[in-house]
Amino acid sequence: MRNVIPVTERELNGYFYSPIAYGVLTIFLLVCGIFFLATSFTPGGEASIRELQRLMPIILVVFLPIVTMRLLSEEYRSGTIETLMTAPISEGEIILGKYVGAFVFYLAMLGGTLLYVALMAIFGNVDVGLLVAQYLGLVLLGGLYLAVGLFFSVCTKNQILAAVAAVAVLVIFTFLADWLATRCEGVLKLLLHHLSISEHFSVFSRGLIDIDPLIFFITTSGLFLFFAAKVLESRRWR
Amino acid sequence: MLAAIPFQAAGTVQEAKMMIEVKDLTKRYGPVLAVDGISFNVDEGEIVGFLGPNGAGKTSTIRILTCYHPATSGMAAVGGYDVFTQSMEVRRLIGYLPESAPLYPEMRVREYLKFRGKLHGLDRGERDAAIERVVKRCWLAEFIDRPIGHLSKGMRQRVGLADALLCDPKVLVLDEPTIGLDPAQIRETRNLIRELGKRHTILLSSHILSEVEQTCTKIIIIAAGKLIAQGTPAELREQVSAESRLIAELRGPADQLRHAVQQVEGVGQVDMVPVDGWHRLSISRVGGRDVREALARLAGERGWGLRELRREVGSLEDYFVKVVAQQTDAEARTR
Repeated sequence: MRNVIPVTERELNGYFYSPIAYGVLTIFLLVCGIFFLATSFTPGGEASIRELQRLMPIILVVFLPIVTMRLLSEEYRSGTIETLMTAPISEGEIILGKYVGAFVFYLAMLGGTLLYVALMAIFGNVDVGLLVAQYLGLVLLGGLYLAVGLFFSVCTKNQILAAVAAVAVLVIFTFLADWLATRCEGVLKLLLHHLSISEHFSVFSRGLIDIDPLIFFITTSGLFLFFAAKVLESRRWR
Repeated sequence: MLAAIPFQAAGTVQEAKMMIEVKDLTKRYGPVLAVDGISFNVDEGEIVGFLGPNGAGKTSTIRILTCYHPATSGMAAVGGYDVFTQSMEVRRLIGYLPESAPLYPEMRVREYLKFRGKLHGLDRGERDAAIERVVKRCWLAEFIDRPIGHLSKGMRQRVGLADALLCDPKVLVLDEPTIGLDPAQIRETRNLIRELGKRHTILLSSHILSEVEQTCTKIIIIAAGKLIAQGTPAELREQVSAESRLIAELRGPADQLRHAVQQVEGVGQVDMVPVDGWHRLSISRVGGRDVREALARLAGERGWGLRELRREVGSLEDYFVKVVAQQTDAEARTR
């Protein structure tokens, strides 16, 4: 697993050399700022990011696939995948290294929003417990989105395709699964309900840290990373 | 199979160690047969040139050896490790420069080499020493802090080569190392490869014969996925001269001449054209036997005039073009 660190370092360097990353960071903070100002940052209002939190899945569904789309697609396109896969490093290490790189970048994005929290803390009383649960929810949600995005980046050398596929899948499981569940009966309803990302995410928004959603996010993220490693490995068997 | 290491001490009866072993290797991409039952060996310390026209299957074979692609059938081993089942060990042994040297354009040369050093598990001290060594070797000192995206094709090729050399690998695999370089850089790279051959076993591919002829101790020619010839440049040249025709100019009665010459042992087909009172004979030979002396004796015995007798030795280049053309023709006919 020692090879994870150099890959992560390279990925992070790659982000900070790339104009797309700065664009994503800027627009993400801008969008969050506008929503924050419009919904939460009002005199007499509740000193929490509850409203922003509600909108966050929509924002992240768009932004995080842009963060992950280049991870492997770019290596395929430029041919550098050949030097990477002929070096003594396993597919699991490549995937994990890239995932951690993207994750750290996401933490930086999220770190920017702490500014709003700081502003709130100056003008009001912030419920720290609630805030911790909400941010934990965001970290886990982002982690899953990044894993799904990475999975699609492993599947194609076309970055745009990777991003679009990730957005499509994430939209279905975040927003449509709930709605579909209300129209179904029996086992299907239960299944859709359990697969709904927003259902699990909403627990954190209420300030709860429950074991169920925790396990949901960690295992599904892990599953997508595992599949990503397998797809990468399959290139060696073809 | 030639098994002598150039620097092997005189008198030691030591079997050269086999570094690369390829047996009945076949690679199919869907319906396309890229490599068709190739077998060859590379001994330790050899510089082997993998020669073939574009699309002959050189890169496919190399990608199998470097564990990037699996073979469809057959086996390949590097340093005794199987490329399929012991991929990690093989990858530790090989320094690989892929065709067109893919690199990360946003990284600086030093950064890139550091990253590659870490992947190969070199610690900080080893890494710094290794970077210093390869940078000197590949004339990169001036460019070490430049972003790779700003470098010319030739310099990027050198960065790729530096990367391949970084962990001082036992085996160097270079896919078209001089493609896209200018003549001065080609010469520099050739010299470098010869120099490197003293420490490493090298397999390099090229579609240019003169390139391989000058640097390699052994040449393997492939075309349309099949191995068609292998040996030292001298052995191949020998093969060329063995297949060459004899030109003789004799004066004598035409019918007797042809008949008598055809009776000489080792003579195959004889073509005869009259040239201002003489006869020019173009003689193909069977069994690679040198019949010049017998022809001279024949002329003497019969009292015929003999004014020219020579071998028409084609160049290795002609030979290469010829065998490749034959192979591709045969391939086209079977399809």
